[in-house]
Amino acid sequence: MIHFLANPARFMRIGQAVLPWCWAVAGLCIGTGLWFALIVSPADYQQGESVRIMYIHVPSAWMALGVYTLIAVVSAMALVWKHPLAFLIGRAAAPLGAGFTVICLITGSLWGQTSWGTWWVWDARLTSVLVLFFLYLGYMALGAAFDDADRGNRAAALLALVGAVNVPIIKFSVDWWSTLHQPASVLRVGGPSIHPSMLTPLLLMAVGFIAYFLALLILRVRAEIAQRKVQAAMMVGATAPGMQTHET
Amino acid sequence: MSALAALIVFDIRLALRRGADTLVVLGFFVLTVILFPFGIGTDTVLLARIAPGLVWVTALLAAMLALDRLFLADFEDGSLDQLVLADQALELIVLAKAAAHWATTGLPLIVVVPVLALVLNMDAVGLGHLMLSLLLGTPTLTLIGTIGAALTLGARRAGVLISLLVLPLYIPVLIFGVALVTAAIDGIDPGPRLMALGGFLLMALALSPFAAAAALRQAVR
Repeated sequence: MIHFLANPARFMRIGQAVLPWCWAVAGLCIGTGLWFALIVSPADYQQGESVRIMYIHVPSAWMALGVYTLIAVVSAMALVWKHPLAFLIGRAAAPLGAGFTVICLITGSLWGQTSWGTWWVWDARLTSVLVLFFLYLGYMALGAAFDDADRGNRAAALLALVGAVNVPIIKFSVDWWSTLHQPASVLRVGGPSIHPSMLTPLLLMAVGFIAYFLALLILRVRAEIAQRKVQAAMMVGATAPGMQTHET
Repeated sequence: MSALAALIVFDIRLALRRGADTLVVLGFFVLTVILFPFGIGTDTVLLARIAPGLVWVTALLAAMLALDRLFLADFEDGSLDQLVLADQALELIVLAKAAAHWATTGLPLIVVVPVLALVLNMDAVGLGHLMLSLLLGTPTLTLIGTIGAALTLGARRAGVLISLLVLPLYIPVLIFGVALVTAAIDGIDPGPRLMALGGFLLMALALSPFAAAAALRQAVR
């Protein structure tokens, strides 16, 4: 399966076929999910209407973690089997994952303002997501820092693996640190198990976010491949005899 | 083994004869710590309370400042190609380079910490544990740093980039390094924190040479 998809042309054909379905699923799930989340589902008895932030916040948190895992997996594949496409997928997924992380942080901050009364608490989860955001930034910055695109790809893939080993350690440390520093009175979201009327929109939104991510990923990979083709064509054109008059 | 020992001795001697790198790192460390009373005020109780975190963060930044020198000179003059081709495993060579680098940029920080502790009004218990935590923590920082230094070889703005790569990975060491000192000051058993710090060091010792060596191979390819 992996090696089957490693052929860029084949990947693009399949991607092309899947793309409309991704858009359809994304539109459908996010649409109905929002309807359930904003209209059908009840307000929380403690937090009131602000609990509806959860339907954006929690799926984007899942996506932030999931996309980073995806980048780590494709990076390992890229380094082991040297699939050029795996590098491309990792590089294309990173800004999307960083975007989900930012959405998660912003919605978390808004939610914190309404339910904890402050824009930012040094809560373990918030802090871990913030660190994850910096891991994304490092990955993207390292990938873009080399004149030789191939070297950037390989360095970034290695960094993604190092980061993946470190994510659990950072998470554990921050959890421990937070319980040490935080007063125990800080409200914890969650608590009782979640009611189906809230779970349905949450899951719908999560599926919608995944489909939306896949659609954007296919678009980004396609654009990247097209750009490489253009570059290769320009290289060929530059060496052709007719192009000698071109200014250097 | 003797080749590795020779490499360590050579690197240390080189750093001592040039001297500038060690002095710059030390100067940065001391000056930055001294800046804090200007910013925060001269309340000795407050300074003593934040001293562990303050010294730790500054030591972490100072250790990071020196990182880009780790492989850069060897990369630029071509001796890195020779090291990659050498009979010794590249992972061991990374360890040797890290040891020499720590001896010339990490160890001097620990040596000046007592002076800073005096300035910041720390007591003897705090100082002892601060030095212990730095002794266990700074080698971990150097080892993690070898990965960042190797990955950014030949990159544009490598010096700034390295901080973005390495600082998030430094967070666990910072957390437990400071926790060890504050626990000792508050009279809590610092043992578990000490073990966590030691665990991080062992893990970095076992894993980071492989990542750094892989990055070095990419850099010289």
